[in-house]
Amino acid sequence: MRILALLRGIGLALCLALVALPAAAQDARPLPDEIVTRFLADSFGDTEAAIGAVAASGAPQAADMLQALGDRRLFISASAKGLFYRDGAGKGFDARTGQPADVPADASAVRLNNRLRGVVQAALGTLTLLSPDPVQRLRAAESVFKSRDPAALPAIEQALARETNARIRNVFEEARAAIIIADTKAPEASRMAAASRIAETGDQDGLALLRQLSAQATGNLKSVIESSIQTIERRQQIRQAGQTVWFGISLGSVLLLAAIGLAITFGVMGVINMAHGEMVMIGAYVTFMTQEVFRARFPHLLDWSLPIAIPLAFIITGLVGVLIERGVIRFLYGRPLETLLATFGVSLILQQAVRSWFGPTNREVSAPSYMSGSFEFIGLQITYGRLWIVVFTLVVFFALLLLLKATPLGLQMRAVTQNRRMAASMGIRTRFVDAMTFGLGSGIAGIAGVALSQIDNVSPNLGQNYIIDSFMVVVFGGVGNLWGTLISAFTLGIANKLLEPFAGAVLGKIIILVLLILFIQKRPRGLFALKGRAVEQ
Amino acid sequence: MSTQTPGAGLTSAILYLDGVSVSFDGFKAIRGLSLTLEQGEMRAIIGPNGAGKTTMMDIITGKTRPDAGDVLFDGGRIDLTRYDEAAIAELGIGRKFQKPTVFESHSVADNVLLALKGRRGPFSALFGARNRVKPDEIDAILDKVRLLKHRARPAGDLSHGQKQWLEIAMLLAQDPKLLLVDEPVAGMTDAETEATAELLKEINRDHSVIVVEHDMHFVRALQCKVTCLHEGSVLSEGTIDAVASDKRVIEVYLGR
Amino acid sequence: MLTMRFLKLIEGRGLVFLAVLTGLMLLVPIGNLAFPPGSPFHVSTGTVVLLGKYLTYAMLAVALDLAWGYCGILSLGHGAFFALGGYAMGMYLMRQIGTRGVYGHPVLPDFMVFLNYKELPMTWWGFDFFPYAMMMVLLAPGLLAFVFGWLAFRSRVTGVYLSIITQALTYALFLAFFRNDMGFGGNNGLTDFKDILGFNVQAQGTRVTLFVLTCLALMGTFIVARVIVSSTYGKVLIAIRDAESRTRFLGYRVEHYKLVVFVLSAMIAGVAGALYVPQVGIINPSEFSPANSIEAVVWVAVGGRGTLVGAALGAFVVNYMKTFFTTGWLASYWLFALGGLFVLVTLAMPKGILGLYDQLRGKFSKPATEPGREAA
Repeated sequence: MRILALLRGIGLALCLALVALPAAAQDARPLPDEIVTRFLADSFGDTEAAIGAVAASGAPQAADMLQALGDRRLFISASAKGLFYRDGAGKGFDARTGQPADVPADASAVRLNNRLRGVVQAALGTLTLLSPDPVQRLRAAESVFKSRDPAALPAIEQALARETNARIRNVFEEARAAIIIADTKAPEASRMAAASRIAETGDQDGLALLRQLSAQATGNLKSVIESSIQTIERRQQIRQAGQTVWFGISLGSVLLLAAIGLAITFGVMGVINMAHGEMVMIGAYVTFMTQEVFRARFPHLLDWSLPIAIPLAFIITGLVGVLIERGVIRFLYGRPLETLLATFGVSLILQQAVRSWFGPTNREVSAPSYMSGSFEFIGLQITYGRLWIVVFTLVVFFALLLLLKATPLGLQMRAVTQNRRMAASMGIRTRFVDAMTFGLGSGIAGIAGVALSQIDNVSPNLGQNYIIDSFMVVVFGGVGNLWGTLISAFTLGIANKLLEPFAGAVLGKIIILVLLILFIQKRPRGLFALKGRAVEQ
Repeated sequence: MSTQTPGAGLTSAILYLDGVSVSFDGFKAIRGLSLTLEQGEMRAIIGPNGAGKTTMMDIITGKTRPDAGDVLFDGGRIDLTRYDEAAIAELGIGRKFQKPTVFESHSVADNVLLALKGRRGPFSALFGARNRVKPDEIDAILDKVRLLKHRARPAGDLSHGQKQWLEIAMLLAQDPKLLLVDEPVAGMTDAETEATAELLKEINRDHSVIVVEHDMHFVRALQCKVTCLHEGSVLSEGTIDAVASDKRVIEVYLGR
Repeated sequence: MLTMRFLKLIEGRGLVFLAVLTGLMLLVPIGNLAFPPGSPFHVSTGTVVLLGKYLTYAMLAVALDLAWGYCGILSLGHGAFFALGGYAMGMYLMRQIGTRGVYGHPVLPDFMVFLNYKELPMTWWGFDFFPYAMMMVLLAPGLLAFVFGWLAFRSRVTGVYLSIITQALTYALFLAFFRNDMGFGGNNGLTDFKDILGFNVQAQGTRVTLFVLTCLALMGTFIVARVIVSSTYGKVLIAIRDAESRTRFLGYRVEHYKLVVFVLSAMIAGVAGALYVPQVGIINPSEFSPANSIEAVVWVAVGGRGTLVGAALGAFVVNYMKTFFTTGWLASYWLFALGGLFVLVTLAMPKGILGLYDQLRGKFSKPATEPGREAA
């Protein structure tokens, strides 16, 4: 649980870093009287000067005023010798103070001509570029990038000089480069430098811009632009590949999660548990119920429901597993085909039980705050949810490995599965170990259900979606070999995602299934098979 | 079936193993095993547990492929490592397992019927000669192993010793050139053991035989050459008395 | 002489089975056609269709039993062979619709017009020709079983591994047939059939005829299967089931034996599927669902695997139960019942209903009636 607190700390720090802004003056400052006078003069010349002054004033209402001006909602009143504006909803303000006020009856809108409209737009751009809100600055810079209006250049330069946030600086620089490179009047050398600048960090938009320009450019500039295009394309390919691999790892971790429990019950014990998927499903429902309890009783601790569901799911599905083992499977050791049929029956019963209890519809398990959202990592979009699932899967995997290799229970499990009679005569309670092993495998399936509740619909059919995949993962990896299961899950996950762009999701899955079937024909014992006489038994 | 002649002239022996090695996951079950069995010879193989006796049988019958070495059959004309179990059985090597394996839900007579020499394809089994076998042929074989009066019983109902005999009967029906017999007298009474030794000697009149056995009285009764295996290779070879008095043999059996 | 041999071949229980089927084949049509609704002897057309459906399931069960009960090949993909046969028949029936579809296209079925197909895909060629379609009923499942079995048996994939990959096979087909671009009607499947060989599939006469044909097909299947299992070939199959490696050491090519029975079994399943489709009037990808195949396995297990009569009986019993449960207020308990049946049969009656019957009879009549013997 400590980890969780730590994580939250890290998250918070990240957020702060992002939001940290150049401390801007937020205090209300009335506009200088001079500005009002100039507007009241009602000449285009004075208005232009006044617009510049408003933009430079740094007054909080400046942006609203200029917006109002552009929309003919800025008024002068000769009687009140004042300046007023209405906001988009029609509410009146005194422009000098920014406080709400009634617009006098004789007020008339400030007149604009087309040139002045341009000035207003440019002033607005500058204003948002300098806005204290980083989100607004970012958006303004992106719009400059798109418009590539040379008039915005001075504003960009000014904003760049003040900007301290690296990410926003980058966008400013790109926007500046975009303006320069698109400006046919700019010197060739600086246009070339601009092209290289775009190549450095540009994405799809930069690529589009460069492509568009390369058609018109000639000589050196053209070749620089073209090499810049290649740079961006190469970077995008790498990113694409990285993204595919990440998606593959993400899918692989889901497969692994679903299959680990089976790697114990099937791989280690040799029990074909067709109800394995239902263990996963029960784990997901335990998560749902835990969350419901928290929602009703301790809504402020809702984020904790998932971590708490993990041990609960383990215990509950583990118990169900022990019940199944004691009630059904123990009578069928050494008869794998019968076990398969009986556990399929159990799976039908469990599905129907959950369906009668919770209804057939999907249940909603919401994501805790630390699992929602995403971040960018060397150009890859990574969602926290997926990242946590990958991390969680690996933790479960290694914990299990440790349990099997380094604890007395693990030793006994391996002893019993390798030579039951020998283990029994050495005083190991084999029946107890059987039940515990099966309970462990089931419990882990339950834990998988907790994680899968985050990415899949929690419904009675949840388990069925995983059972065949899980078996394929275990068999492909080599039965009885946990590392094989790990490698197999990630191989299948990545292969699936590699195929998806060409074949589509469903066909990709079909292709993988067919390849797996063929593979098992070639190597019936999987990737990492045990050899020797013992296997034949 | 084309008969290669990889080792023709190399040997006239019915079975010729030379430098055979096999390992499972790093464990060397057989290391440099060499053994020659002449036409019509009977040989007893002894050796402590893990000496590689069963693995040697597995190699000869095609269940396990050796990592190295020659396994030649029938005067060196046939390289056994190229064939699988079914093909090797067709070539004329029959095997009785350590744990008696008969077809438990079939009758004793049907067990022999299935073993009888003849075509073994699925279509000949559906419509062919095997459906028209005269009962006399089966009964003659069952008589030899004293199971005639049990002919209609399911094989699963037989006693352990009877199952061993049924397996020998199946070997007889198969009429192979070479018989591999793994622990034929395990679980038999002394009288049964003696009878089995007689039976094997009789079989040896027109077949070559390898017998793997622990029971020294039985091995002595077979009156044949003895090979002692240890850790996957030949430790000692000769008459039973010579092998039994070999110091190294005594050492591996009694510990050092 | 020949009759004697036949009687010996079929055995007592088989004769009862054939007699019951013959009775059904005669009485049900009479009850349906000769007695008016309301008469106590009347058999409604709905019942005829339902019984016909059960009979095709019984055929599937007999096919599965040949592979599993006699040779130990537990296929969790037999539903796929059944569905492939069904699709082949469905394709013929679709082509018979002609211009009577909603879009009235002379060649393309409705769903193809809807999906903007310009011409008939190659997979559909020839399906307007009945003998070709019937050939495909046998060939499609047969070829799939041949290729799959050839690979699997040659590399000695056995036991649960085989079961798991047969399940993966039907799952892959399940996913594939859901796709519109496979050209088999996507998730709607094939339906709205009009004629079969010129007869209206909805007509009472056609339905009764199909029922009689299904009875005959099941009897034929049973006799063929009986001939097979009583030949030496059948004995080898049982030998493989009980001790595969021993059989191999006797010189039998186990993979060939398995392949023959697997392909044959797949073809029978295909015929069953082909008879199923015109009676129920639809075939869609859910027939490929892995659960369907496992359900067929439980029919065999319930009736008694390794006994052909048992397999057919199991299909009847379980499906009657299903109809009984799912048509009333018990509907939501059906999966409990089915699941319980799986557990009960494997734990308490591994030899199924027939095995239980033999056991009980053995207990009450004279002892030792050759326990463990294969029944008919």
